[in-house]
Amino acid sequence: MFHWFEQRPFFFAVLVFIFVAFAGIVEVIPDFAKQSRPTVGTKPYTVLELAGRNVYIKDSCNACHSQLIRPFKSETDRYGMYSLSGEYVYDRPFLWGSKRTGPDLHRVGNYRTTDWHENHMMDPASVVPGSIMPSYAHQFKNIADIDTAYGEAVTVKKVFNTPYDVDLNGDGKIDVPLGTYEEAKAETLKEAKAIAADMKNQAVKDAVANGQIPEIVALIAYLNSLK
Amino acid sequence: MQNGAQIEYDYSIAKAFTFATILFGIIGMLVGVILAFQLAFPQLNELAGEYGTFSRLRPLHTNGVAFGFTLSGIFATWYYISQRVLKVSLKESPFLMAIGKLHFLLYFITILLAVVTLLAGITTSKEYAELEWPIDILVVLWWVLWGVSIFGLIGIRRERTLYISIWYFIASFLAVAMLYLFNNMEVPTALVSGYGSWMHSVSMYAGTNDALVQWWYGHNAVGFVFTVPIIAMIYYFLPKESGQNVYSYKLSILAFWGLLFVYLWAGGHHLIYSTVPDWMQTMGSVMSIVLILPSWGSAINMLLTMKGEWQQLQTNTLIKFMILASTFYMLSTIEGPIQSIKSVNAIAHFTDWIPGHVHDGTLGWVTFMVMAALYHMAPRMYGRELYSKSLMDTQFWLQTTGIVLYFTSMWIAGITQGMMWRAYDEYGSLLYSFIDTVTVLKPYYTIRAVGGLLYLIGFFMFAYNMYKTATAGRVLDKEPINATPVAA
Repeated sequence: MFHWFEQRPFFFAVLVFIFVAFAGIVEVIPDFAKQSRPTVGTKPYTVLELAGRNVYIKDSCNACHSQLIRPFKSETDRYGMYSLSGEYVYDRPFLWGSKRTGPDLHRVGNYRTTDWHENHMMDPASVVPGSIMPSYAHQFKNIADIDTAYGEAVTVKKVFNTPYDVDLNGDGKIDVPLGTYEEAKAETLKEAKAIAADMKNQAVKDAVANGQIPEIVALIAYLNSLK
Repeated sequence: MQNGAQIEYDYSIAKAFTFATILFGIIGMLVGVILAFQLAFPQLNELAGEYGTFSRLRPLHTNGVAFGFTLSGIFATWYYISQRVLKVSLKESPFLMAIGKLHFLLYFITILLAVVTLLAGITTSKEYAELEWPIDILVVLWWVLWGVSIFGLIGIRRERTLYISIWYFIASFLAVAMLYLFNNMEVPTALVSGYGSWMHSVSMYAGTNDALVQWWYGHNAVGFVFTVPIIAMIYYFLPKESGQNVYSYKLSILAFWGLLFVYLWAGGHHLIYSTVPDWMQTMGSVMSIVLILPSWGSAINMLLTMKGEWQQLQTNTLIKFMILASTFYMLSTIEGPIQSIKSVNAIAHFTDWIPGHVHDGTLGWVTFMVMAALYHMAPRMYGRELYSKSLMDTQFWLQTTGIVLYFTSMWIAGITQGMMWRAYDEYGSLLYSFIDTVTVLKPYYTIRAVGGLLYLIGFFMFAYNMYKTATAGRVLDKEPINATPVAA
């Protein structure tokens, strides 16, 4: 039966395609919509958090840290409540990672502070003796790309209806404001100042006071939001 | 062309891709060895500021070896094998010749752009799909050009029936095209919003869905780059080199269609105990076990091809390379299914056993087969004997030792770490803090790095041997029939 196809390249290719596409149709499609419902309390990232998330991606933190707590006692004891699908609905892309050279970070905001992250990123072994993580000192100098983060927020709002500028829980207040470019800039700087107030590095404090946001500030905002 | 006349094949594109294979092989593997040493000696992260950290270099390594080295090798063998089994020459079709050249050019530019952007931290973060959207478009362009080459050459063929290797090339082309397109669906943010970097994009899928599409891609794109075209190679080169027929046609049929049908389900095993629905996790697990059958089908077909001719292992180094490749294919296709059993996965997932498994496949199977293929092609492309047999033998044993050091250390490291993460003391508290499970791995990281270094040295020997063959090997007066001639 297959011999017939071996002399007819066109039909051969069609049959190959059916064979390889089959699994995707059965496996990927059916539960797609169900996975897109947010859990109660899950909110979109602010512009500063998005900028921090982009720093996390830029420096490939996900190469060594997962953001997925599996439903085992050893994991929930170590990291907190296991992960739920609805917690990730605003994650584009997802950042589960595939290797834990360092610990999981899905709820790192619950047990680490701004201060701790600051020391950790500058000199990891100073807070975790024996750590094999590199220093990310350049994040204290590089300026975070707020424009791109704003562009990203506007894009997901327009294209995917991500609920920015929306009252999510019906208490009459907008949960995550986005607004115009100027409004977003001002809001972002305000959040950055709150983070920098908890930091020790003078250069970072000065930069924020001058209206510039170093990558480390955005990154910490993002890490603190992981709860 | 008249019947019975000798076809004059054109190897210019195959030669260009051979050069790219060696170049990107050296770069990709060198970065890999640096990464391995960085894990054992973290100070090495400080060599080049933000551009030299483990996290920046890691995607460079995976992209470099998967899409720089392996794909070059695949394309090189395609432009060599296709002319021969389809009985046509690229010389006969200026159109397909031009397509081939453009294919090489765009491909080469893409890989160079990939190196630059990944070092700069421009990445989508999805594993093996890190390149940003403008480069993705370039990838699609040359992938289509490869498709034109495949179906173009098939269209003008003189051999009516498609040889097994051609089946696998077609499958690789179609499957990767489908997977790549769906997984890289991205929305460029600057185009929609008018703000920020034009290179930046967001994924079309969010969270769990993104993970599902990503691992449907991640496992299978790698499968259809690291498995399928490499099987195409061994189905051509092992019978050619040994002068033996493929053992069983029926087994080839069964293994081919079985592999295509089962392979794509296996992506789900990356998501066991994650937030994707349970039935998908189970499906991924079960189908990964079923996958043993078609995988071993091909491998056994190859091993049995040597039936009655096993003494060639002693005299022909290339046979040694290919048989070791087949054996490692069997090893890694039994190891993968074992890791996808749920209870084993609970320990193995997130640990070093996973890179260990991948490298069994890539070092033992893929790279060995690609090197054997290029060694077989060189005398026929350049009309010269291979430069040195003793160098080949030394390379073989050095690299084999390297692989053994690599996988044994990573097996132990992975299982150790997985067991330590879940260990409790008598009072019901976790026995180890996370950092304990990191520092305990240092010796294994060192052993792995040494293994990788041995392998890299072997690859330099390969590069040198190929270079010397092309420039200084003894000239052959006619093309060898099967066994590749090697100087002493």
